[in-house]
Amino acid sequence: MPQLTYLEAIREGLRVEMRRDPRVFILGEDIGVYGGAFKITEGFLDEFGPWRVIDAPLAETANVGAGIGAAVMGMRPVIEMQFADFVTDAFTQVVNMAAKYHWRTRMPLPLVLRMPYGGDVKGGPFHSQCMEAWFAHTPGLKVVVPAFAEDAKGLLLAAIRDPNPVLYFEHKHLYRLRREEVPAGEYVTPIGRARLVQEGAALSVISYGWMLHKCLDAAELAAADGIAADVLDLRTLAPLDREAVLGSVRKTGKALVVHEATRTGGVGGEIASLIAEEAFDSLDGPVVRLASEDAPVPHNPGLEAAFQPTVGEIAGAIRRLAAY
Amino acid sequence: MAKSTRLSNDRPSPRDGRAAGVPPDRQLEMLYYMRLQRAVEDRGVKLYYQGRIPGAYFTGWGHEAIVVGAAAALGPDDLLAPMHRDLAAYIMRGISVGEVFAQFLDREGGPTRGRDGNVHMGDPRRGILPFISHMAASVPVAAGMALACRQRGEPRAVLTYFGDGATSTGAWHEGVNFAAVFRLPLVLVLENNQYAYSTPLDHQTAARAFVDKAAGYGIPGVAVDGNDVLAVYDAVAEAVARARSGGGPTLIECRTLRVRGHSEADKFSYVPKALLDEWAARDPLASFERRLRTSGVLTDENDEAMRARVAQEVEDGLAWAETSPDPDPRTVADGVYAPD
Ligand SMILES: Cc1ncc(C[n+]2csc(CCOP(=O)(O)OP(=O)(O)O)c2C)c(N)n1
Repeated sequence: MPQLTYLEAIREGLRVEMRRDPRVFILGEDIGVYGGAFKITEGFLDEFGPWRVIDAPLAETANVGAGIGAAVMGMRPVIEMQFADFVTDAFTQVVNMAAKYHWRTRMPLPLVLRMPYGGDVKGGPFHSQCMEAWFAHTPGLKVVVPAFAEDAKGLLLAAIRDPNPVLYFEHKHLYRLRREEVPAGEYVTPIGRARLVQEGAALSVISYGWMLHKCLDAAELAAADGIAADVLDLRTLAPLDREAVLGSVRKTGKALVVHEATRTGGVGGEIASLIAEEAFDSLDGPVVRLASEDAPVPHNPGLEAAFQPTVGEIAGAIRRLAAY
Repeated sequence: MAKSTRLSNDRPSPRDGRAAGVPPDRQLEMLYYMRLQRAVEDRGVKLYYQGRIPGAYFTGWGHEAIVVGAAAALGPDDLLAPMHRDLAAYIMRGISVGEVFAQFLDREGGPTRGRDGNVHMGDPRRGILPFISHMAASVPVAAGMALACRQRGEPRAVLTYFGDGATSTGAWHEGVNFAAVFRLPLVLVLENNQYAYSTPLDHQTAARAFVDKAAGYGIPGVAVDGNDVLAVYDAVAEAVARARSGGGPTLIECRTLRVRGHSEADKFSYVPKALLDEWAARDPLASFERRLRTSGVLTDENDEAMRARVAQEVEDGLAWAETSPDPDPRTVADGVYAPD
């Protein structure tokens, strides 16, 4: 199997799907001649031409709205936000136009928003936000958050083929972190299905995105102390794989939920309350959340390190919860 | 789709009259700030390549005449909403060179105290709206600042800078329209540097010239050579006077070229070499220096003294910034809300 970075897996997924389906096109700022701010679409303009790789004006409302319009006409647009943070300019189009379209018309709206998101990139408060909860809170939108290169490709194919608007959150810190095996050709990672990355009986560690990797490192530290944890990668936040969450917690009796987004109103609260409602009888301890501080993402590297959950903090929480 | 770039300098401002009346010491001061911006950024580029500046680094190389010419036309009570290539304007409005370097280095002594980085700064206490990354998001806010001046009957102007890319956003159009409808004292300075990141003008607008958009909002528009600091000063001074006297907003399109990458991470191979050469030959600093030499305002002595002063400011500023501590990590969640 080829070894690809997360970034290359996204590029590969886009290419596979654009070759297969002539309705698929991509649109965004600087994605054509320049190949995108992160160079994901490098070479695409030459291969697919200017009507399928559209260098758009600096106008998120127009770009997302135009994607919706093309989808209404039966195309399969993939819109790149240069940074996910700039989606705020297109909020009405995403949350009101796209999200409610099927509910009002009973017609599909196959739209993908590619959202380079997240911190640990020295980006500060306007280039590092984790805004998945805003959209997971909006009925009608699907929200996916791949943590591994293989899923990055498989979920992208699934997102493009999905008849609904899908927000595809790709973590910038994971782009070039390492190479992983990624199957060649076409395959789909189903939306709405979590993956048990590692099995253990002591507790369930539930996470996604960049934090999932920190959780795996923390679980390794805890394993040295004889604590074996289930580590669940949610992969999709809307719709949430409730069965996978509940299945793991019913087995272990304890749950630690970790995310990079700020704590209050985050996805972690939703998961904790799902567990409390549906698996209360299985619980042997409190459902614990670790998340970033309720503050904007700071630019200073030391501040940002203090802002996010660290591997040490996660390992500490695992130990405390296991001992509870 | 076309990839070519055009810049129709078909209606340059010929007006030089009032600027020619700028006293020699003011002209030297403008040169001083242009040199200071270049020198601070030059030093910043070095720090960036030494890995000492976290994140991205932006410069305003080639923009100095716009930045300084416009800011120099403001009075002490006027207000500013700058952007990422306007370094000298922050300094002219009161942020010190030391604070600028502290900002670049993410230190406590910077205007955002290490919370935000690079030129994402400002200080409302000194009449500078902090710039956020979202392009043109400052324009409606600047209109609101102008609204407050109008409501209170204060004869102040608000100046906002923005790029050609920013004019494509809804925020820009809404802000300009709002200011136009209420004839607010807003001065809109467009830094048309022909590229928004890699995107050339013809992918940003189908209009023949940005200045033509002014008519659509019912406000005056003027195009000037953005490499001519006195021409910029002249146009902005007139717009400021109009704003203060209740004449409403003015759109000033200043034409230049971004002669470096969007940020230092960008090698800007998409800009045709000939275009770069053409505009490099029109460097705003060099041409202003020549002009001041010809008119006798710049002499060997004051030139030397000014260069020494700029170099000293940079060294002192950086030295001060380096003594400023990193923010205390325990304060990460402080200051999100104003205290009761
Ligand atoms: C709303 C929004 N979308 C995208 C970006 C990413 N971005 C940062 S600067 C830039 C180009 C800005 O071009 P322009 O306004 O012409 O200013 P210039 O950099 O040329 O001075 C882009 C696309 C952004 N900052 N804000």
